[in-house]
Amino acid sequence: MALAKDYDSVMGRSNEIMKKALGLDYNDFESGSIAFDYEGLMKATGYTLEEINKIQSRTDVGNTPLIELRNLTALSRKYAKPGYGARIFAKDEACNASGSFKARRAACACAHAKKLGYKGVIAATSGNYGAAVASQAAMQGLKCIIVQECYDSHGVGQPEIVEKARKCEAYGAEVIQLTVGPELFYTFLRVLEDTGYFNASLYSPFGIAGIETLGYEIAMQCREKVGKDPDLVVCTNAGGGMMTGTARGILKAGAVDTKMVAASIDLTGLSMASDKQFNLKSCTTGHTGFGVPYATDPDHSDVPRSAARPLRYMDRYVTVKQGEVMFMTEALANLEGIERGPAGNTALAAAFSLAQELPEDGVIVISETEYTGAGKHIQPQLSFARDNGIKIFFGDPSKEDKPGENIVLPANPGLIKCHDADLKHMRTSLIRKAAKNHNQPNPTAEDLQFLAEETKTDVAFVKEVLGL
Amino acid sequence: MAKKGDWVRIHSIVLKASQRTAKIPEDTQKCDLEMWTKGTLLDDAEIGDTVKVETAVGRIEEGTLIEVGPYYTHSYGKFVPEIIEIDKMLRKIMDGGDK
Repeated sequence: MALAKDYDSVMGRSNEIMKKALGLDYNDFESGSIAFDYEGLMKATGYTLEEINKIQSRTDVGNTPLIELRNLTALSRKYAKPGYGARIFAKDEACNASGSFKARRAACACAHAKKLGYKGVIAATSGNYGAAVASQAAMQGLKCIIVQECYDSHGVGQPEIVEKARKCEAYGAEVIQLTVGPELFYTFLRVLEDTGYFNASLYSPFGIAGIETLGYEIAMQCREKVGKDPDLVVCTNAGGGMMTGTARGILKAGAVDTKMVAASIDLTGLSMASDKQFNLKSCTTGHTGFGVPYATDPDHSDVPRSAARPLRYMDRYVTVKQGEVMFMTEALANLEGIERGPAGNTALAAAFSLAQELPEDGVIVISETEYTGAGKHIQPQLSFARDNGIKIFFGDPSKEDKPGENIVLPANPGLIKCHDADLKHMRTSLIRKAAKNHNQPNPTAEDLQFLAEETKTDVAFVKEVLGL
Repeated sequence: MAKKGDWVRIHSIVLKASQRTAKIPEDTQKCDLEMWTKGTLLDDAEIGDTVKVETAVGRIEEGTLIEVGPYYTHSYGKFVPEIIEIDKMLRKIMDGGDK
């Protein structure tokens, strides 16, 4: 008998569909309470760092150059006190097949799908990950479907997302495009069930394990180039995978003193599920609209338990403004002679500001660059913003920025200032949400320890938050 | 008139506005959830007809025929004078001018 395909029926079969589409039973890692065995889940990938490196080397992924941004460092020093202004380096992830670090995640997800005998892969993503999965699927002989949230109700697409659809199609994938809304998940599940393909989720342990090589390479290349570990690694933060995987790789390389900084574009006040506000944002990822909810509630993704758990690794979380990132993107092209971004340049804008806090022998690495192209470039971004009634002017972004109303380009580079987000508040929020989501007023000792690890705090902090 | 075998784009309504879940903003609640995909047309049809296509992965999907020979029009956007201003500013500072 054919299964019912209406919304409620498909959503009701969600767990069953997921289990089949991931080849992994998440129940194996559950404690029955708040805690689950995170490291057990990560080990379930069955791949060591070495094996992942092997998979990635076969598929034109990884071992990207670490480049020193000497001119941007020099520019940053003009605004630092004497003797200050750390050296800024960028991991040139645009050199990966498909043009972003997402190829690292996709390479592992596709290799795993292939190993388990799936005929194809599906991913729900409007970002670079779609292109990465499509590229890796092409390389590894799998069929590929990408499901994108792309248009508002007038059929107007975000130029960046439209470009990514083009890229996916170039690699032979089918791209299913939708209007705004979280019910994308329904279409995603329906197609997963119909095709029997693998869910190449951004948040699977295979995907996150794929990023560990990035952190490992950063530490090794830094030692080779400057003879020490980086002081700071700055990661553009959205779903939290970059922060999680990179930090895990950094730790595996033994760089225990390196501080991990997450950076997101401040889009406070804009709703991510709003049809009207969809095209009022002038960037499509690396912003607080994804960064904050995924950090504080990682398990609301497209898998039962997300392997991306950024608060476990984050030492600081800073925000920058849209105009600062766009300015930085242009500065990177003008002063360093490389056109990259826009998304990776969120971390770069933050690094430009953070460098001024450290002495000149300090080392800051931004963990990624990404490809640029039609639609995915500051000119179409700014031009699209202006067409949507967004005011663009030079000023002080820290004081004048209003997401959805304006883009304030810094009147001089000294006005590029990242701001610390309230990490304690986010940690508190994660603990409260976890207790609430599991309807668990009396957490076990295991739960308390788990929540301490989840938030890089201690049991005393968790108890205080829960009023125990 | 579109011919069987043409590469086309189709559109469909996944959920009517009235069927949408409650946990979304009011403005989104008022909109249908719409879907687009592309594929090879399985039978001759006119724009606006309900048709079946075979997609790039070989799936059969049904929807309204909206475009034959679909192509991309996204671009590098229109001229944005502020970008020239950024370039000038950076050149001046790096040449040893004012901060």
